[in-house]
Amino acid sequence: MEFLLYFGDVFTPVNFALLLVGTIGGLILGATPGLSPTMAVALLIPFTFQLEPTQGLILLGAAYTSTVAGGAVSAILLKIPGAPANIATTLDGHTMAQNGQGTRALQLSFLSSAVGGIFGVMLLIFLTPVLAKWALAFGPSHLFWLAILGVTVIGTLDSKSVVKGLLSGCIGLWLATIGFDDIMGAQRFIFHDALGGGINIIAALIGLFAIPQVISMFAKGRQGDDAEVLQVQKHSVFAAIRELLRFPRAMGIGMTTGSIIGLIPGVGGQIAGLVAYDQTKKFSPEREEFGKGHPEGVIAAEAANNAMVGPSLVPLLTLSIPGSPTAAVLLGGLLIHGIFPGSDLFDNHPDVAWTFINSMLIGQVLMCLFGLYVAGLAARVAQVPQSLMAAIVLGLAVFGSYSVQSSMGDVYVMAALGIMMYFLERFGFSAAPLVLGLILGPIAEANFIQGSMIANATDGMVPYFLTGTLNLFLIAVVLASVAYSVWMEVRNRRYVSKEEIMV
Amino acid sequence: MKKLLAGAALALMAAAGMAHADGHESYPDRPIMMMVSYGAGGATDFQARIVTMTAGNEDALGMPVAILNKPGAGGRVGWNWLATQAEADGYTLGAYNVPHFIAQSIKGGVSYDIDSFEPIANWGADPAVLVVGADSEFNSLQDVVDFAKANPGKLTTSGAGLFVGHHIAALQMEKAGDMKLAYIPTKGGGAAAMKAVIAGDVMAGINNLSDAFRAREAGNVKILAVADLERNEFLPDVPTMMEGGLDVDNASVNFRGVMVPKGTPQAVIDKLAQTVPTMFENGRVQGKMKAGGSPMNIMTREEVQAMWLKRQETLTELLAGL
Repeated sequence: MEFLLYFGDVFTPVNFALLLVGTIGGLILGATPGLSPTMAVALLIPFTFQLEPTQGLILLGAAYTSTVAGGAVSAILLKIPGAPANIATTLDGHTMAQNGQGTRALQLSFLSSAVGGIFGVMLLIFLTPVLAKWALAFGPSHLFWLAILGVTVIGTLDSKSVVKGLLSGCIGLWLATIGFDDIMGAQRFIFHDALGGGINIIAALIGLFAIPQVISMFAKGRQGDDAEVLQVQKHSVFAAIRELLRFPRAMGIGMTTGSIIGLIPGVGGQIAGLVAYDQTKKFSPEREEFGKGHPEGVIAAEAANNAMVGPSLVPLLTLSIPGSPTAAVLLGGLLIHGIFPGSDLFDNHPDVAWTFINSMLIGQVLMCLFGLYVAGLAARVAQVPQSLMAAIVLGLAVFGSYSVQSSMGDVYVMAALGIMMYFLERFGFSAAPLVLGLILGPIAEANFIQGSMIANATDGMVPYFLTGTLNLFLIAVVLASVAYSVWMEVRNRRYVSKEEIMV
Repeated sequence: MKKLLAGAALALMAAAGMAHADGHESYPDRPIMMMVSYGAGGATDFQARIVTMTAGNEDALGMPVAILNKPGAGGRVGWNWLATQAEADGYTLGAYNVPHFIAQSIKGGVSYDIDSFEPIANWGADPAVLVVGADSEFNSLQDVVDFAKANPGKLTTSGAGLFVGHHIAALQMEKAGDMKLAYIPTKGGGAAAMKAVIAGDVMAGINNLSDAFRAREAGNVKILAVADLERNEFLPDVPTMMEGGLDVDNASVNFRGVMVPKGTPQAVIDKLAQTVPTMFENGRVQGKMKAGGSPMNIMTREEVQAMWLKRQETLTELLAGL
């Protein structure tokens, strides 16, 4: 309950002003394609040089929470996921926006972000010591099985057919091998300088999601502009709140998955949204509606990616190990003021630690309020004529992929992947499984190689990968997931063939 | 509108011409960019931002330095860019990490070596240290060496990748102690390697002194030895490897500093070589670096040139067998 003592500090004029600046600035930065939460926080670090440690951290904490939520704006309205965390949001969110329900999608996304986010920070406040042990329990073998668990999801994620889903997942896994391999020092598939560092995930995201859409918009040409203009439906905030209460399952799955996955160092929030989305889909009676603009999809994804924010800081604050790239940037922000995360932080600078955590809590609420305020206005983006929209999205796509590492190479990668995806989509493949492959590939590979190196030096491969409670548990979940997919596929086929016979 | 644009273009050209005409006396007359070949938030990026924060002062360069991150492939992407694409006009600086870029150039596959760059000054030296978990049975370097000798190839030791300081230190330890370690390179840099030690995934680890210092403050690790010529001011109680009986010198120390691409005008190099070290000596810079647990070691251009050549020699020999 110690955190309550420091609540007052959040509301001093300067601190609260910084909290507002961080929140609003974070929303804007998050909504800008290509500016991931990590980048946004890194951009703000120099400003904290002049501030008190507490003030600096308030700014960074507020910016972190609101950029994660802000990423949903471009994901829903433009189909450009601002960060890997927002991939799952595009699946249903953008479809909703296309149907004129952009306001509703944005409201739901901000509300579920806030609920998920507060849940995550609460975990950080109350369960930090327990969670820290958890975070350390995942060694290379466990992370490998976790990545494999992610791979089993690929087939069922946002695809009409399991086979096509698996195929695009494989393309993603292959793309993930490009570049210098840090572990073995090998060079793989580097045919151009731009590929030396591998495929940048943000550039890939922008290309795979935004470019096919831009090409289809251009392909439609200028005719029919007037006919295409959408009526953006008004949607009241209270209706959105009621709707959120109608889907406690999506909310619950999102929050739990997000918190658990956010906790594990190295996996981070990249896959939290996608895994939560997939689980919610599997448990939902209306699973056929997912991908066609079902609110549960948005709720689960956004609850998950904000719930991950709090737990993702546990390894940093308790063990001084940054568990995610953003946490690494925050570490820099702490060090610059001579504060070492770990026991030192909570024992000797409780005012800094708790004010920081509290500011994330208040930041969630502020983020939600501002988000709801702009939701109605922002949704009008859908009314922009398509030809104009295509040009704007293309411009943002180029800007976004360039700004990640100030590199034209990333723009080429973005364009090439985008064009490839346009053709793949015409054959019924979809971008989400491909991206999941791209994210999971390096996690699975690096941990397998590391694990096998450790195993060979110690007890051998079989005991290392196949024994131990956590390993066995994860393997069981992997098998269950595979069995479920097979069962669903068989059942669907049976239905389809019955219907065909009836016809 | 067209006229206006044309006018603006002319004015720009005239300005550019003037800047060119008066040579390099007025350098720098616009902000300078410094490329860091690691991601935002990493140790190199963090330190680069601190040491350049006073660049805009009148007694320093008089112009601010902006950091440009070009991460990827253990630094290769950024250094390739600096060697081949960056303009050598003095407005593009780069941060170097020795031994990383030298070791990479020896192993090949990159478009740079020590002759592609001109050093300006060194700001930091972060030695590699040997760490074990807080509850490990190893309490001294000797314990580790004894175990490694008794169990060749069984001592799992994490480090931040191949051909970085940590790897070099592991190779030197193997050579000096005539033993075999199981070096486990991690993806995700020093933080991931440190996590492996704390969580007990590996038996020992080689890591940056600054990160290990923090981890020890948090009560998570024991630091057994420093791979440097002298004990470090941050860790006066930790012996060097040489004191512990392993002939390991400072070849693995992670030196960080500023360089420019080859072809930068000599006048600019001279100006930078003269100003940049004093910028590092600024009291505010020193204070922030100390607060962050980042050891400083300011070296002039001549000293860095000598250091690079020496590293090139040691590393060529060390990596020859790999």
